Amino acid sequence: MSIILDHVNYIYGEDTPQAVHALKDICLQIPDGQFVGVIGHTGSGKSTLMQHMNGLVRATSGHIYYNGQDIYDADYDLKALRGKVGLVFQYPEHQLFEVDVFSDVCYGPKNLGLDKKEVELRAFDALRKVGFPQELFYQSPFELSGGQKRRAAIAGVLAMKPEVLILDEPTAGLDPKGRDEILDQIKELQTQTGMTVLLVSHSMEDVAEYVDRIIVMNQGSVLFDDTPHQVFAHYKELEEVGLAAPQVTYIMNALKENGFCVDTSVTTIKEAADEIMRAFQ
Amino acid sequence: MGIIKTKNLVYEYIRRDEEGNVEGITTAVDKVSLNVKAGEFIAVLGHNGSGKSTLAKHINAILSPTEGTVWVDGKDTAKEENLWEIRQTAGMVFQNPDNQIIGQVVEEDVGFGPENLGVPTKEIWERVEESLKAVGMYAYRKHSPNKLSGGQKQRVSIAGVMAMHPKCIILDEPTAMLDPNGRKDVIRAARALNDVEKITIVLITHYMEETIYADRIFVMDQGRIAMEGTPREVFSQVERLKELRLDVPQVTLLAHELQKRGLRLPKGILTTEELVEALKCLSY
Repeated sequence: MSIILDHVNYIYGEDTPQAVHALKDICLQIPDGQFVGVIGHTGSGKSTLMQHMNGLVRATSGHIYYNGQDIYDADYDLKALRGKVGLVFQYPEHQLFEVDVFSDVCYGPKNLGLDKKEVELRAFDALRKVGFPQELFYQSPFELSGGQKRRAAIAGVLAMKPEVLILDEPTAGLDPKGRDEILDQIKELQTQTGMTVLLVSHSMEDVAEYVDRIIVMNQGSVLFDDTPHQVFAHYKELEEVGLAAPQVTYIMNALKENGFCVDTSVTTIKEAADEIMRAFQ
Repeated sequence: MGIIKTKNLVYEYIRRDEEGNVEGITTAVDKVSLNVKAGEFIAVLGHNGSGKSTLAKHINAILSPTEGTVWVDGKDTAKEENLWEIRQTAGMVFQNPDNQIIGQVVEEDVGFGPENLGVPTKEIWERVEESLKAVGMYAYRKHSPNKLSGGQKQRVSIAGVMAMHPKCIILDEPTAMLDPNGRKDVIRAARALNDVEKITIVLITHYMEETIYADRIFVMDQGRIAMEGTPREVFSQVERLKELRLDVPQVTLLAHELQKRGLRLPKGILTTEELVEALKCLSY
């Protein structure tokens, strides 16, 4: 099972002088259980692309297949799709509104029409999965720290038990520890449940550390789609489109230029340390 | 006395329940004493909720101390009559560029500050030109801010503050919402203002890489200054920073990892060049 995008185009304000071709002929396949990073400069179309995945924005032309079914078919249940493809927007804590965290997380599953017991079980489970401390369950969401608010908001989407989780910059504005904790938990969830995860991020270091595959968006098109090693090998092209490689890539390339015999395709600190130690033996 | 000075600064929030009864008191800033010299580039690090932003808001008198004193360019921020001058001395740039831009055209937006100060029209235009050039946005002066990228908008915000000719600019996580290029441009603009215009910069950030050129770093924890020193002094304490929920630049982390594995590298490596040099020395 998978998500397939077949020649998807999206034009904002079609038939007006301000028309903007935001997505251009996108063809992608995202198999189940993959952890995919999506990178691109501001305005490259990554968020628009994500909003197509759960039918929130309808393509101007092209088709999207979810588990083999065309989501634009007249009898396709889009509401059910939104339960299966969970989307966590940027700064999701701005969408918290209930009197306490637990009720907030219950809101999603309650709207799926589940009975009260199931709703509460799911909320409890989701909060536990994101590492939310139990003593804060009945606190007002507005009195939490940045990291805890973010967790509560992600739990709200997880409680819908999505098959695919899309996170649009889940760690923006969090301190380094909070960032690592949230990404570690998402990685663990993905490994344990086999959930597909799409992570939109501006942090190349985070993407390099966690994902199996990177999709690079540029001006509405897919520029690269490959493993982190392969994608970051194009670091010069990435810079031209407003991106960068993780700092490790630059270090390894500088070492190579200075006569060290190292593999420049490594992207994480651990890999780089292994590689440098090997060069010294 | 330095341009920014605090003595035993304490700031307390009073938490209230729905009926308005006092539930408790949170001390966001706890007995902070610091002194920033004119022309310094200061970076402030600290985890979410450590008190960085609360401290920053005292510098241009958005907040007034519960206890202790803050002086900006020698003026006590708690005195009502100093407010106007303090806000001219210390300008502030926030995280979200969309909340700070009001003009329909870039140059109008930048001119808004000096216009409010009653600067003569001719001089406003001179200041607009000079500020936009300083942040590398002069080519966009006739553009609509809506069409700019996040990094460009943030640079326009900085130009807007700069046009008021402050002696000091406080940047509160100016790069949190930007892509890598936008981040680089904003930091470059801040460093240029510091280098060329000698404006004192206080940069609050979660990106460790952005702080390596600072003159001094303050690390905050639980409202107090937990560490203070040059980037090299601060970042050579990898384990201590991790305890404070922070990180070090990737180069420093890699050097630290190599040290743990037995390579004899100097402490506190901050740049790729330093690491390459140190490794070269080892291999001969």
